[in-house]
Amino acid sequence: MAELITTVITIAVVLGGTLGACSYLIYVERKLSAFMQDRVGPNRVGPYGLFQPLADGLKFLLKEDIIPDHVDKVMFLIAPTISVFTTLLAFSVVPFGDVAADLEIGGYKALRFIIAPGIDIGIVFIFAVTSLAVYGVILGGWASNNKYSALGSLRASAQVVSYEIPLGMSVLGIALMTGSLNLETILLKQAVSILDWNIWYQPLACLIFFTAALAESNRMPFDLPECEQELVGGYHTEYSALKFALFFLGEYTHVITVSFLTAILFFGGWHFPGIAEVNSAYPGVTFVKLAVLMAKVLSVVIFIMLLRWTIPRFRFDQLMGLAWKVMIPLSLVNVVAVMTIKQFQFSLWWLLPISAAMFGAAGAIGVAAKQAELNSREPVASH
Amino acid sequence: MPIKKEDVTWVEEPTIGFWEASFLPAIVEGLKTTIGHVVNYKSVTEQYPEQKPNLPLHYRGLHRLNKDEQGRVRCVACFMCSTACPANCIDIVAQDAPPDWPDRDKFPKTFVIDELRCIYCGMCEEACPCDAIELTHIYDHTGFTRDDMRFDKIKLLEVFEQTKNDPKDPVRTHRGKLGVASDFADLPTLAPATSVAGNDRAAQAPTSGVIKK
Repeated sequence: MAELITTVITIAVVLGGTLGACSYLIYVERKLSAFMQDRVGPNRVGPYGLFQPLADGLKFLLKEDIIPDHVDKVMFLIAPTISVFTTLLAFSVVPFGDVAADLEIGGYKALRFIIAPGIDIGIVFIFAVTSLAVYGVILGGWASNNKYSALGSLRASAQVVSYEIPLGMSVLGIALMTGSLNLETILLKQAVSILDWNIWYQPLACLIFFTAALAESNRMPFDLPECEQELVGGYHTEYSALKFALFFLGEYTHVITVSFLTAILFFGGWHFPGIAEVNSAYPGVTFVKLAVLMAKVLSVVIFIMLLRWTIPRFRFDQLMGLAWKVMIPLSLVNVVAVMTIKQFQFSLWWLLPISAAMFGAAGAIGVAAKQAELNSREPVASH
Repeated sequence: MPIKKEDVTWVEEPTIGFWEASFLPAIVEGLKTTIGHVVNYKSVTEQYPEQKPNLPLHYRGLHRLNKDEQGRVRCVACFMCSTACPANCIDIVAQDAPPDWPDRDKFPKTFVIDELRCIYCGMCEEACPCDAIELTHIYDHTGFTRDDMRFDKIKLLEVFEQTKNDPKDPVRTHRGKLGVASDFADLPTLAPATSVAGNDRAAQAPTSGVIKK
């Protein structure tokens, strides 16, 4: 019974925290993008526009909720809920603090730092569930009965199917190195010193994972399912008010999940040398660990926001080319490299130069291919 | 006519190197720009209702109907402005001047400018032989109905009272020799519309010979 209450409290905290974080991340993104473009950003509601998320939420709630005549009503209503539900579900296995230490209030276990502890297939679960989120997009686009929405959702499905492979495969190396798919175990394995963070052994995998995860969450520069110039609004063209807000929330929650995964898988989770180590025991260390992890997650989120306004959107064939011609072979070779190192018991440090070499080789092949393409072109009619 | 061969310059696509093919330098360069703007944040936004804009000196806004020294409307109802108006927004009804106004035959009984039809070209001001109608710097005139925006004689004379001591007004669209009844013999050079470098050609006086000293 006590376990149940703790779980319920944890779920409430995680849900509330995530949704609140989402709305304020939207505020942060609006402000950041405003700064990047020499604008002011939201500044009318409250000091520095701090209550803007509340006003936005209220607006979404109170707006007229239009369901067009020509839509498939059931699916039209289900789609946004799937989108949010799946992305929130993925949070159940993400540790958001030191899982070994429960937060006790008056000798009573009040909060656990993970909703479902000890899930040994954590990563598989996250990937399985978050890729379900594309069902929301596909259903929404299909049910809208509108060619732009349908095109958007088709793009989304093609994109997610393609990027699922490098996403999973880039993490396979870490799973092999750690010998576990459990996020808590992977985190603890890195929490020894800063040199044990996976980024040192799997820099290429980190790059592939981050890129593929961005593509999964339909963020710029991979937001082809909703690119305005070609598809009006993409799959959410017909959506308004709260249903649109749910889609938006789903996308943002996905971004948070991706940031958590990047921080936990590659950057040591809550571990930071000197401040938050496994054996550091000073009052409030649990909160420091929580803060360290949140800081890491926030930096990844802000990096994603910066990327949004830095890189222009891919063309669709380039998007597919990047997944199938570059990232899938690279992640495959990466897995082979980890397997070789593990099999012959070499030092894991070999993986750093190997990653660099793989990156170099991929670049060289890219250049060679481009040059071959240029050379094989019809020579221009010269003067 | 086909383009001559010697007029055509063929440009070869630059060869792409290793780093360019990896996209990373371009991404780093882009991130430098975006982060640079965040770190070195300088907003160019004008907070309009709190912060009024700096209008260019020749900004053409709301009209005013001038009064002479005796407080009478200067207009002599000659219809020059309404004839010159390309938008047909000036409606004047003339009336014979009272006998104690020996300097004129007529004055406007009604003088209505439809500010919604007006395109603020300033041709009425140019056409006026006696400097009666002039444009001012007022840009934020609004109304709840279309009728509100039809400015009659009373309203236009009020605009004169409002702006007669403003150094920015009147806006003089017309350069060079003015009408015979005008107060001014000639007008000063227009200031540039926006701030420009001193050696910019736009900062120089308009073509010579327009303003007669």
